[in-house]
Amino acid sequence: MLTKRIIPCLDVKDGRVVKGIQFVNIIDAGDPVELAQAYDEQGADELIFLDISASNERRNVIIGLVEQVAATLAIPFTVGGGINSLEDIKSVLRGGADKVSLNTAAVKNPDLITLGSEYFGSQCIVVAIDARYDEDLGSWRVYTNGGQRSTDWEVIDWAKEAVKRGAGELLLTSMDRDGEKSGFHIELTKVVRDAVTVPVIASGGAGSAEHFHEVFAESDADAALAASIFHYKETSISAVKDHLRQQGVNVR
Amino acid sequence: MIGIVDYGMGNLHSVQNALRRLEIDHFLSEKKEELAEADALLLPGVGAFKDAMHALKKDGMDGFIVETVQSGKPILGICLGMQLLFEESEENGLTEGLKLLPGRIVRLPGITSDDTTYKVPHMGWNRMLIQKPETPLLQNLSTDFVYFVHSYFVQTEDRDVLLATADYFEEVPAVVGRGHIFGAQFHPEKSSDAGMEILKNFGAYVERRQQGEAI
Repeated sequence: MLTKRIIPCLDVKDGRVVKGIQFVNIIDAGDPVELAQAYDEQGADELIFLDISASNERRNVIIGLVEQVAATLAIPFTVGGGINSLEDIKSVLRGGADKVSLNTAAVKNPDLITLGSEYFGSQCIVVAIDARYDEDLGSWRVYTNGGQRSTDWEVIDWAKEAVKRGAGELLLTSMDRDGEKSGFHIELTKVVRDAVTVPVIASGGAGSAEHFHEVFAESDADAALAASIFHYKETSISAVKDHLRQQGVNVR
Repeated sequence: MIGIVDYGMGNLHSVQNALRRLEIDHFLSEKKEELAEADALLLPGVGAFKDAMHALKKDGMDGFIVETVQSGKPILGICLGMQLLFEESEENGLTEGLKLLPGRIVRLPGITSDDTTYKVPHMGWNRMLIQKPETPLLQNLSTDFVYFVHSYFVQTEDRDVLLATADYFEEVPAVVGRGHIFGAQFHPEKSSDAGMEILKNFGAYVERRQQGEAI
């Protein structure tokens, strides 16, 4: 049976890995190639590389850096940030990525999900959803542009639409929890996981190994993503996996 | 020297990266004359069976692969490249394969006989259950976890070709083979330690065979 996946995420800005809290206050966290290699060796199940400057500054992902990271990896590799067209998807996959993550462009132009999955296969189209709780809506709303722009989409509706159009996986980030280290958003993850038939990656809020156990046990997420706790060595991928194994979670 | 068959359906980058890191001699080519110089073939592949066979038929690459393998050179098919080694596939209408191994490719049903539904594709890390421990590809593995992404799988009545399987609601053939013909349903190039070890084993097998034949 499939294992639960632990996925470190590299948020890359101007060629460096950075990390912010609730998407702002960005600080440096290291070299992407070195971190990627280290995580592969530590037992990461997959790696996600997000060019966080891309959407805002309308810049394409730095293909050269993608190539360098891909050359060091022996695990699946997803690249996102500023991917706006079929041509962008193609160049990122050619650069050595196995999957692309679409966020702003997918909301703006949902046909990109349809076309991308028809052309390259659903398995390489990940739709990233940034979600923030909305008091008026009484539910979660989808944000784009690195969390700066709210949309009219309610998260569950958008998740279903993305999957209907061919998304092979959803990367679900709770903006409310991002960088807070208070645990993944179980409720949000659970409602989305129950609404779709594709794997859901929980993201935002990881602060300890126990948080990973919580999200797997309580929301049945397929994978969980974290950035800063791994970058700053507050815990390691192997420590998280040891803990999960002790708790009876099936991991590699 | 391993010749990677470039027929436009490959996830060639990562296969090449892996072989480069492992220092296994290889080259990439779309030309039969060049591939004829190789000691073994590697057939990668991502996409649909029908498109892949169509691409292979274009310059008679299908016939070339079959002849090369029948002449005694080893082959390793990866993912779709592994499926192509079988007799036929039902993906997008029945299509004939290379017929080097007995069996057919069918879609993972997504529902078990007792009505449990499951996700298709089978995507993620799963454990190999080794059926034929003596097979050269599966020697000295430090772990049995490998990375799968596929919606179709091999069905065969000839269990002799099942070198390793995986449990995903169905018995999923993971490593198949007979004699010098091998295939991996998962992506060894994305399967970390076990994947690298399997590629290394294939490289060593090719080399041993090459030396054996030279003597």
